[in-house]
Amino acid sequence: MAQITLRNLAHSYFPNPKSEQDFALKEMDHVWQDGGAYALLGSSGCGKTTLLNIISGIVRPSHGRVLFGDRDVTDAETAARNIAQVFQFPVVYDTMTVRENLAFPLRNRGMDAAYIAGRVNQIAQMIGMEDILNRKARGLTADAKQKISLGRGMVREDVNAILFDEPLTVIDPHMKWELRTQLKQLHREFGHTMIYVTHDQTEALTFADKVVVMYDGRVVQMGTPEELFETPAHTFVGYFIGSPGMNLMEASVSGSRARVAGGEVALGAGYGAVSGRTQIGIRPEYCSLTAGEGLPVTIRRIEDVGRHRIVRAEMAGQPFNIIAPEGMAIGADMTRVAFVPGKVSVYADDWRVAGGAV
Amino acid sequence: MEKTQNNKAWFLVLPVLVVVAFSAVIPLMTVVNYSVNDTFGNNDFFWNGLGWFEEMISSERMHDALGRQILFSAVILAIEVPLGIFIALNMPKRGFWASFCLVLMALPLLIPFNVVGTIWQIFGRVDIGLLGHTMAALGIDYNYTNDAVDAWVTIITMDVWHWTSLVALLCYAGLQSIPQAYYQAARIDQASRWSVFRFIELPKMSGVLLIAVLLRFMDSFMIYTEPFVITGGGPGNSTTFLSIDLVKMAVGQFDLGPAAAFSIMYFLVILLVSWVFYTVMTTLDNAETK
Repeated sequence: MAQITLRNLAHSYFPNPKSEQDFALKEMDHVWQDGGAYALLGSSGCGKTTLLNIISGIVRPSHGRVLFGDRDVTDAETAARNIAQVFQFPVVYDTMTVRENLAFPLRNRGMDAAYIAGRVNQIAQMIGMEDILNRKARGLTADAKQKISLGRGMVREDVNAILFDEPLTVIDPHMKWELRTQLKQLHREFGHTMIYVTHDQTEALTFADKVVVMYDGRVVQMGTPEELFETPAHTFVGYFIGSPGMNLMEASVSGSRARVAGGEVALGAGYGAVSGRTQIGIRPEYCSLTAGEGLPVTIRRIEDVGRHRIVRAEMAGQPFNIIAPEGMAIGADMTRVAFVPGKVSVYADDWRVAGGAV
Repeated sequence: MEKTQNNKAWFLVLPVLVVVAFSAVIPLMTVVNYSVNDTFGNNDFFWNGLGWFEEMISSERMHDALGRQILFSAVILAIEVPLGIFIALNMPKRGFWASFCLVLMALPLLIPFNVVGTIWQIFGRVDIGLLGHTMAALGIDYNYTNDAVDAWVTIITMDVWHWTSLVALLCYAGLQSIPQAYYQAARIDQASRWSVFRFIELPKMSGVLLIAVLLRFMDSFMIYTEPFVITGGGPGNSTTFLSIDLVKMAVGQFDLGPAAAFSIMYFLVILLVSWVFYTVMTTLDNAETK
């Protein structure tokens, strides 16, 4: 086990990258703590898989270094890095039995037969496959095969990290939940560093201690689910995390107040001169419909999702979402929206600006 | 509800039936006719029942030809299948050299059978052939016209040269369809090169490999043109395979009855083996999807 350090890491698939556009991964500098459960979250094509393949050694980064602990592994082969990886689609050895599949990584490393047998049984129990250990892997369903892949990733105790590349894509929804819980439990039990790539925020937020949000080849924020929710560092995080995402409005900020299309908003913090394209963002959870104070909105429709209602509205021609509690009467006179003070974020050119004292 | 009975659609199948009848069924029936009759010409036929079949099934000449044929097919498969797999594994996977190798490998497959025979017939001649003459100059006693072993070696080398490409190309296609993740997983599992072949490549290739074996078996079991051009079945009868013997019997000696009985049995053997292959293939497919 080791802490993973990415030092000035960048990657381009072109031999001579000229502009920043040519980079699949823009320069980054991060430390991934030993024993952490990380989720790499982002939309398709944002560079998550490239980053994962760089960590696992399948892709060699064009710039920068990768360190496991103090050891520079940038040029090390996958096998030498001692990591495990679970792929998007089940990778099982068809002609082997489930038992042989699970034992394969251990056997290749010349482990003791008694140890292998014990360890395989332990893993089989965890993934719930003790009954079919002697069956050929060929005839199994996709989710059973993926469980074998997960098991094979988990079977070695001394791995530096276990990497998951959207491993639950082919799994039925109810199984997804179960497997995710199992993974979480395994992480607590063995304390391996786990890196989990996904584009599903629920998966990321429930699995990980720390979520790494990627956008356009860049890590835009690395933080706990709470941090991502409360203080999104980039407008993409605001939009991507949460359902529905953060409301963003063009604004001009001066001191502790912002002017938007409909009027003025108190920010709850003081800001100096903000340069570039300025926006303010507020989570739908921190908005409430009122009859008196606040900014004017036009309600388009109301969706009841059970625990609460989502009010789909418009403010100055832009869509604006508000979460209204269950049971609250929404009258025809409620045409204004008020913000919880202190929950408004200010963004300059999409990046969050920290506020000072008022 | 009463359905209207209308089977006129059957007439649409009629053209196919006529074509198949003329191209396959009627010629085959003439052979069946010859196989159960004896004739002295003038279209006079005498019923002989299963006589020719009995004679052929116990004929030593047929047993020898069948033995040579089985040996030939076995040697061909034993060389071409492993060699084809080996070549496929070592072919470049993409880029210019991949296309180059594909074209190079496909070339022998494009040459007509009798031309292949002629090429090797001349290539191996001691007086003017590059191979034969070089061997003689090196002091190696090689002459396919009067040494049975030399004749076999020549014909087998020729067949390997002509047909290994087919096995290699089929295996290559099978290998290309394996997702990259399998190789990556194997590297992470620290699988040896042999394990990768044994547990990933071979199982994923098994489907195309069966087709390759089936095709090579059928073709080699029916081989006629090349040995006919190179050795004409000689020296002695050492390279007289089933089809060469059959033609000798039918067209050389005009023993139409025995030849007909023999060709029907020949046909049934090939049909039987192909059926076995087909059954094995479909069972494997079912096991895959179950």
